[in-house]
Amino acid sequence: MTARPIKLCIAALGGEGGGVLADWLIEIAEAEGYLAQSTSVPGVAQRTGATIYYLELFPRAAADRAGREPVMALMPVPGDVDCVIASELAEAGRAIQRGIVDRERTTLIASSHRSYSIAEKSALGQGAADAAGLVELARSQAKRLVLFDMEAVAEQHRCVISSVLLGAICGSHVLPFGRPAFEAAINSSGISVATNLAAFADACARAERADGAIAGRTGIEPTNRSAGVPARARSPSLQPMLERVHRLPEAVQGLALEGVRRAIDYQDPEYAGLYLSRLERIGALDERSQRDSPPGGTSREEWALTAAVARGLALWMTFEDTIRVADLKTRAARFARVRGEIRAAPGQLFGITEFMKPRVAEIAGTLPAAMGAWLLASPRVARWLGRMTGGKRIRSGTIAGFFLLYALGGLKRWRRGTLRYIEENSRIESWLGRIERLAPADLDLAVELARAQRLIKGYGETHERGWRSFSALLSCLEALAGRADGAAVMARLHEAALADEEGLALARELAGLAAS
Amino acid sequence: MAERSFAREVQTLRLGAGAEFRGEGILAVTKALLQSGVAYVGGYQGAPISHLMDVLSDAQDILRELGVHFEASASEATAAAMLAASINYPLRGAVTWKSTVGTNVASDALANLASAGVKGGALIIVGEDYGEGASIMQERTHAFAMKSQMWLLDPRPHLPEIVRAVEQGFELSESSHTPVMLMLRIRACHVYGRFMAKDNTRPPFSAADALQSPARDYGRIILPPSTYAQEREKIEQRFPAAVSFVAEQEMNDFSDGEASDIGIVLQGGLYNNVLRALELLDCADSFGTSRIPLYVLNVTYPLLPDEWARFCTGKRAVLVVEEGQPEFIEQAANQMLRQREISARLLGKGLLPRYGEYTVDALRNGIGEFIRQWAPGLRREPAGGVVREAALLPAAQLAKLVPPRPSGLCTGCPERPFFAAMKLLQREMGPLHISADIGCHSFATLPPFNMGNSIMGYGLGAAGASAFHTETARRPVAIMGDGGFWHNGLTSGIGNSVFNRHDGLTVIIDNNYSAATGGQDIPSSRWPNEHRQGNNTIVNAVRGVGVKWVRHIRTYDMAQTMKVLREALTTQFRGPKVIVAEGECQLNRQRRVRPLMKKAIDQGKRVVRERFGVDPDTCTGDHSCIRLSGCPSLTVKPNPDPLRTDPVAHVDDSCVGCGVCGEVAHAAVLCPSFYRAEILYNPSWWDLVLARVRASVIGVLQRRSDRRRLRYMI
Repeated sequence: MTARPIKLCIAALGGEGGGVLADWLIEIAEAEGYLAQSTSVPGVAQRTGATIYYLELFPRAAADRAGREPVMALMPVPGDVDCVIASELAEAGRAIQRGIVDRERTTLIASSHRSYSIAEKSALGQGAADAAGLVELARSQAKRLVLFDMEAVAEQHRCVISSVLLGAICGSHVLPFGRPAFEAAINSSGISVATNLAAFADACARAERADGAIAGRTGIEPTNRSAGVPARARSPSLQPMLERVHRLPEAVQGLALEGVRRAIDYQDPEYAGLYLSRLERIGALDERSQRDSPPGGTSREEWALTAAVARGLALWMTFEDTIRVADLKTRAARFARVRGEIRAAPGQLFGITEFMKPRVAEIAGTLPAAMGAWLLASPRVARWLGRMTGGKRIRSGTIAGFFLLYALGGLKRWRRGTLRYIEENSRIESWLGRIERLAPADLDLAVELARAQRLIKGYGETHERGWRSFSALLSCLEALAGRADGAAVMARLHEAALADEEGLALARELAGLAAS
Repeated sequence: MAERSFAREVQTLRLGAGAEFRGEGILAVTKALLQSGVAYVGGYQGAPISHLMDVLSDAQDILRELGVHFEASASEATAAAMLAASINYPLRGAVTWKSTVGTNVASDALANLASAGVKGGALIIVGEDYGEGASIMQERTHAFAMKSQMWLLDPRPHLPEIVRAVEQGFELSESSHTPVMLMLRIRACHVYGRFMAKDNTRPPFSAADALQSPARDYGRIILPPSTYAQEREKIEQRFPAAVSFVAEQEMNDFSDGEASDIGIVLQGGLYNNVLRALELLDCADSFGTSRIPLYVLNVTYPLLPDEWARFCTGKRAVLVVEEGQPEFIEQAANQMLRQREISARLLGKGLLPRYGEYTVDALRNGIGEFIRQWAPGLRREPAGGVVREAALLPAAQLAKLVPPRPSGLCTGCPERPFFAAMKLLQREMGPLHISADIGCHSFATLPPFNMGNSIMGYGLGAAGASAFHTETARRPVAIMGDGGFWHNGLTSGIGNSVFNRHDGLTVIIDNNYSAATGGQDIPSSRWPNEHRQGNNTIVNAVRGVGVKWVRHIRTYDMAQTMKVLREALTTQFRGPKVIVAEGECQLNRQRRVRPLMKKAIDQGKRVVRERFGVDPDTCTGDHSCIRLSGCPSLTVKPNPDPLRTDPVAHVDDSCVGCGVCGEVAHAAVLCPSFYRAEILYNPSWWDLVLARVRASVIGVLQRRSDRRRLRYMI
């Protein structure tokens, strides 16, 4: 049988250096006595879309023996690719979708990091693809999988991902070339040679260690989960409050503790006390209701209602008003976080400009209730004030800018008198009241109502849209209360409210509901 | 200044006889042109031949040494008309563009060129943008070759063959007095390979020689009665001349095989993939030895009846592998065989897909079926387990798992704030009819902007809105890029709207370059270029054709953009309204600015670099900002808040600090989570003093509130 070419396919994102990698591989192959052919289909894909490079390498000696040149194909064929290199996890999935990753033939070298597509990023809530599912797909479809977070390695070495990919190819021993040949290619490129070589070596070692997969940073699941509930409060004065948390069902203690922390951080311990009182009310109700309607028959988890309220109530009670935003923006920890995020060198100076656009509603919300209400009720004043509002750029690193925000954050002590506080807390009470009325008869629906709090978030128009959706859900409660599928319909409405920002899906669901 | 620099690669154009050339297909074509003694070259950029234009642009020195005239034509029509120089004079000329779109634009000139006939070789290199990665409608250049009678070369995607096609193409053109089209598919344009170079040749006759003694022949003018004579000449002289040249030079390839009673006829461009399909079917080896006889059409028009007869005689069945539709070759072959009463059964579309790209997979299936039907004994048991149907998960399951990744505007793109403004405006005014255009701005038809009702062609955005200029309160909006504007939009769109008293709005997106094709210069490009005259402003041009209502805005100023858009759509002014929305292409800008900034920092100069960020503790994870932006650097990450589940927005390190995030936050009343960081390099003594004062004052207050918080730790 004659020699056959080695076939490689690189699936990269536009502008990510897939072309550089292909050039390196050609150089290596030619130096090692192979005839190389590569081609690509950049087209419009170079503008942030997915790009495919395809290479075939044929031993020159075999061609010389035959006295003829090999004929090499210009595109990958399902079942006939030796190595697929994907610079990103979903692109690995796409390569599998194209059929070019073969279970008995193909080594798949992929980075486990995600670069989210526009559809994933722009969801109103969680829209990211199932990363664990993608990893599982890669594991099940490739003959051999070399998977680790190559972006993180690149970041660590401050270099491009192509040198990490090259290292992974070298370390996976999928090509019959020694490591010096790879390093020579990086050397001869003459660009950032030292950092590229370091990243290459790192990736090479990781790939050599990788028998199967090294799981890296993949999903978008929240990472900073509560670490458990301590026995003693760090501030002794808060010990009684911690004990109240301990008395709650174990399943919700972690959430409740976070809620307490958040309420203290937002306002004061007294506010956290209010949070706990409200939660305890629901906890007791939950206990009674579960007794009456045990979770066995449904998919509901134990203490689902208390858990949903513990989360929703904490978020709602710490609504984002101007005081809160100003408070968060002025903290030392925040300044430090920004320093890290922008990768400022130690001691390097930087300024921060905030983009705020308080409208009349936000200003009125921060005023004492009576004054705020008067302001909103008098169109003339509101119009006058409206002219004064508009996009504000506040330089929070300057003394004047910082003072402004710091003073605004300091209004916290008068927050309980503000229009927004009174409004939000009366809405909260009404929400809790509905939950309390619903739970005895239909615990599942009460749980869904508690979860619907998730719709209320954000600022300005986003907040208004969320409140509109939430109100729309509330308006269906009575109709759903008697129905066996009430909770399921409520969950569907919740999903629909997050489907698009124009509210089209929700309107469709509501119309369907009205018709039935 | 184009996106990709070929300054290094163009040196390979100097290679002389005996040296091995290595590089991309498109670079090989350029080298072949120089080896052929080409006198002038023109063209219009567009994938997949943009690089040919970029290479030539970067090779001006070499071209000058050889006395070759090169220009970046205003459009494909301009480029095609340039070939007029070959009608009267023995000048070899070559032009290039993306096909079929460019061929559509060039057709007027091409038809006249083909009618008049040429004296010097005229070569049209078309990048056939078909199949995967194509950005245009799926059509064939083949139809143009037939209707104007130009010869069509479709060489094997192998560098020596491509180079040979260029060289023979000129000879074929001269011997048959007919322009020749050389078509290269996307992958062939980008294929890396090698060939043995020859010396470059100075054109033996120059344009200056022509101007010294102009030649005139009424027979070459396309007016009657010359046109009647030209038609007769086409059929009676040029066609037979071409047929005999192709036959004598053996431009098409034949190969025998053990299964001599069947055969495959294929387009040269598909050769490598057909051979791979045959290899996978165990009917060929890695070196192109096929067990089935092959007839490779490196010339797909004209077809040679004698060659067809020779190949098909004595065969039971012949498979025609012809990509694209309609199947012109198969139809013509049927006629040829019928006329000569050759009984071979002709198969093609049906066994092979009726439309779409002929991937190796499609070829393997089609040819496999052909073998199963006509030579079942040929297929031995597959060796080495190579031939295997891919075991796949159900497609639906995969589609759910793998998110689609549509193209979008680049990081920091100046067009983003404009389309964000349009999106906000439509929330305010209701949906608008938007006539879109070709260019980077075409991506506004995709998420997250989803706007644009039709695209009629390059520079035709304004023309595409013509029918909507009726007496109504709502005005149509047309989009046009600066590239399309200079290509034809100035006359087809703007001039037309003045002349016909349109009342709508045309927005010309001016990013200073022909950005989508790779950032080539256009007449309004601002940066100095020693070979061209830039800085011809669009505003002046628009005024010059009679538009009275013209506004110039900077796209990054969204508030201003929205104000001007609102005005344009509501003003009492009757007549065409034009907004020139300017912002420099960020890819080009970064290429220009980055090295300068790095140099300044290295030299110890005070430099401020801006970038954006999102505070994760104030972001609530609604992603409104992303729906109004879609910037690649604005993405999501896990929510650090233990109570929140929705991912927070996040600006990654690729941010170029264009400012759109801040503008969007303001214009859309979004959220206060965005911040802009101004990172200072090489601070002055004053910066340091100020920073120290600020840090101490702010530090006192921050420590105070930190202490207060520490009182209540749980």
